[in-house]
Amino acid sequence: MTSPLAWADGQPGTAPSGSRRLVDLIFRARELGIIGVLAVFVAVAASVQPRFVDSQNIKFVFSNTVIFALLALGETLVVLARNYDLSVGSVLGLSAYLSAHLFSQVHGIPIAAVFLVGLAIGLGCGTVNGLIVAVARVPSLVVTLATLYIFRALDVLIIGGGMVVAASLPGGFLAIPTSSAGAVPYLAMVVAGVVALGAYYLRSFRSGRELYAIGSNPEAARLAGIPTGKRVFTAFVASGAIAGLAGVLWAAVYGTIDSTAGYGYELTVVAAVVVGGVNIFGGSGTVIGAALGALLLATINQALYVLGISSFWDKAIDGLLIVVAISLDHWITVRLTAALRKRSLQHAT
Amino acid sequence: MPADQGTPTHDGTSAPLLVVEHVTKSFGAVKALEDASLEIYPGEVHALVGENGAGKSTLVKILAGVHPPDRGVLRLDGQELALPSPLAAQDAGIAVIYQEPTLFPDLSVAENIFIGRQPLRRGRRIDTRAMHRRVVELLAPLGVDLDPQRIARGLSIADQQVVEIAKALSLDARVIVMDEPTAALSAYEVQRLFGVIESLRSSGVAVLFISHRLEEVFATCQRVTVMRDGRRVLSRPVAGLSADELVRAMVGREVVERGAADQAQGGRLVLEVDNLTREGVFVGVSFRVRSGEIVALAGLVGAGRSEVARAVFGVDRYDAGRVLVEGRPLKKASPAAAMAAGIGFVPEDRRLQGLVMELSIASNIALSSLGQVARFGVVRRGAEQRFASDWATRLRLRYGRFSDPVSTLSGGNQQKTVLAKWLSRHPRLLIVDEPTRGIDVGTKSEVHRLLVELARSGVAVLMISSELPEVLQVADRVLVMREGRLVAELGRHEASEEAIMAAATGQVEVLAR
Repeated sequence: MTSPLAWADGQPGTAPSGSRRLVDLIFRARELGIIGVLAVFVAVAASVQPRFVDSQNIKFVFSNTVIFALLALGETLVVLARNYDLSVGSVLGLSAYLSAHLFSQVHGIPIAAVFLVGLAIGLGCGTVNGLIVAVARVPSLVVTLATLYIFRALDVLIIGGGMVVAASLPGGFLAIPTSSAGAVPYLAMVVAGVVALGAYYLRSFRSGRELYAIGSNPEAARLAGIPTGKRVFTAFVASGAIAGLAGVLWAAVYGTIDSTAGYGYELTVVAAVVVGGVNIFGGSGTVIGAALGALLLATINQALYVLGISSFWDKAIDGLLIVVAISLDHWITVRLTAALRKRSLQHAT
Repeated sequence: MPADQGTPTHDGTSAPLLVVEHVTKSFGAVKALEDASLEIYPGEVHALVGENGAGKSTLVKILAGVHPPDRGVLRLDGQELALPSPLAAQDAGIAVIYQEPTLFPDLSVAENIFIGRQPLRRGRRIDTRAMHRRVVELLAPLGVDLDPQRIARGLSIADQQVVEIAKALSLDARVIVMDEPTAALSAYEVQRLFGVIESLRSSGVAVLFISHRLEEVFATCQRVTVMRDGRRVLSRPVAGLSADELVRAMVGREVVERGAADQAQGGRLVLEVDNLTREGVFVGVSFRVRSGEIVALAGLVGAGRSEVARAVFGVDRYDAGRVLVEGRPLKKASPAAAMAAGIGFVPEDRRLQGLVMELSIASNIALSSLGQVARFGVVRRGAEQRFASDWATRLRLRYGRFSDPVSTLSGGNQQKTVLAKWLSRHPRLLIVDEPTRGIDVGTKSEVHRLLVELARSGVAVLMISSELPEVLQVADRVLVMREGRLVAELGRHEASEEAIMAAATGQVEVLAR
């Protein structure tokens, strides 16, 4: 003990944990809530159209989810620190085309090398975003809105009117998303593992906690000596790298890649993150919630398709979920603050 | 609370822990600190008192590593000390606890204390259990029961301060500076804080305690330093010092001669404020202002003066009481009704509340009188210019062109622009909040002259000012507020700096009724 205090009669008692239980309950309730909504959706869709729960369809939902879950993981790192990465869809498109194109250019190139190329492209894009945000201190919303267009323009410039077709891709590559144990693709398990690692990192490492601190109160974070620029930079690099990897996977899932790959994904990713309970102004939320948000959106998307409902409703429902999620967040924060305040008042008297 | 019994206070033989030597600090042309000195000994609670603007906050910021001093040195344990950043101050063992701490609302109490320094276990992972144990150990001797795992959102200000104190202890801070920690606390919380301060002191920490409440100085501190106009004027043990001596030291300077000739009392009643209350801000405030008189609201920063003015004008709501203008009740929370009733309001922060900085000088002056310069709802530029130039001449405004944005004017001329804006409406009652803050001496006296002339022409003026010489020079009557209450009413001949400060710091309550 190095505290300068002389211990009085200090028998450190266990502090009351009522307020913590309340907070825990609310956050767990948030993730349980998504699972609940998911279950209702699956049940309704399956009762109308039993085909919805056959293994082919479930597989499809999973392979759709893995892409968005990965992107949501990267986006969460950025959003937690009160920043936004709108360029993920364009990074994914760039990486998907350039990596898949390699198979026809370099004969017999190992699949792992292609993944490395995708990763490198993502790292490069993420570094550009990170440098402009953290060093030049331009608001990330503006920076990544610009790079959203710039990376996409690069993509179009490189591809022109061309495309990569599935026939040019090796069978082993195309089998990555489809090989499965029962209805669950191996890929989904790997991504679940990656998300779990991300969650563990954010919980148990100083730099992870500092992302939360930066999002919660940037000024206080600076005063506490947290290297905010470095942390934000790293978050953007990670988000880019993950989008790069997701691009390679996207190529394997869809097989046909033109210059529209991943178009408009950024909004779906932000939607997944917000629906998953990550505060849009940073400071709170989990990557597991964000991944569940991605699963929910992919499930709804597929349910509407299977039920033969116009895809117009798909976007409308995404929008509705965002409004509900953000309103719910706001409401919970207000109630929680009031409840906690009341508790500390009771404590004081 | 008996503070100085059986304590290891400095006895003249021990060396001071922290020394501030001849420190000078200026902001632009304003000298905030001039040759200020201070010595703090281990195991003492040292009070730092002074009027608004005496330089206390600047000194705190220098100790916190926020501002570097222009000249002079700091010493810790005899070693010279440079504090280029807040982090450097933290590393040196100096912790500053602000009136309203800034925590991370989404992080737990434990993480707020240990962010960036969490105890680690194998693999550089955070050892949450050890961290929570440390927090319980830190909090126990402070006699405060807080769950380390609770998030900081919703903590009372008192508890937030405790979190900051625990953080200071976890950093092994040897000097803890508390900048008006009691201003926002309830009586119960103040007592608890005093308990915490006492346990800090008895463990050898030096506490620099800044407060406006002299009774707190006598209750908790061993020594006191009084600052005035950026200098130290007194440093003495509290024992044997009287409240009177302290107040006199705080005020100090010779009383300034009154300027304007005495004003005849007894114009018609313009403003009546009856038992005005806004919960938690001010309570039962009643006063009257007659036409032709200047009434000053004096008191320390945070006493509720501006809040009363804002409630009268309708910017803020109030919970009880009423406001009458020329005998008619004024609708509450409606600046439009207040303006219609003939009230003008020159706010404290002219940049934020009084001017549209991007608009031209002419547009700003005409902003409150658009009816006079517009036809069919369209503002005519020519009329606007004529209107503005009339007022600019009367107020001796110095400007380049009328079409220049107001932001190009000096502070004093900006203030005149705000005054012109309101005077052009021919108000019955003009409320001015800190009319001369941050403007040069020459313009200051012009503003004073304007206010006096205005009163002579029959306008009732309610002035809020923290500068006592200004209050004494301009006001016909002085109302003193302290902690949300009106505690004294002083006529022109009773008002002196000593009397006002005594009332403002709670040494006497004189309500001349």
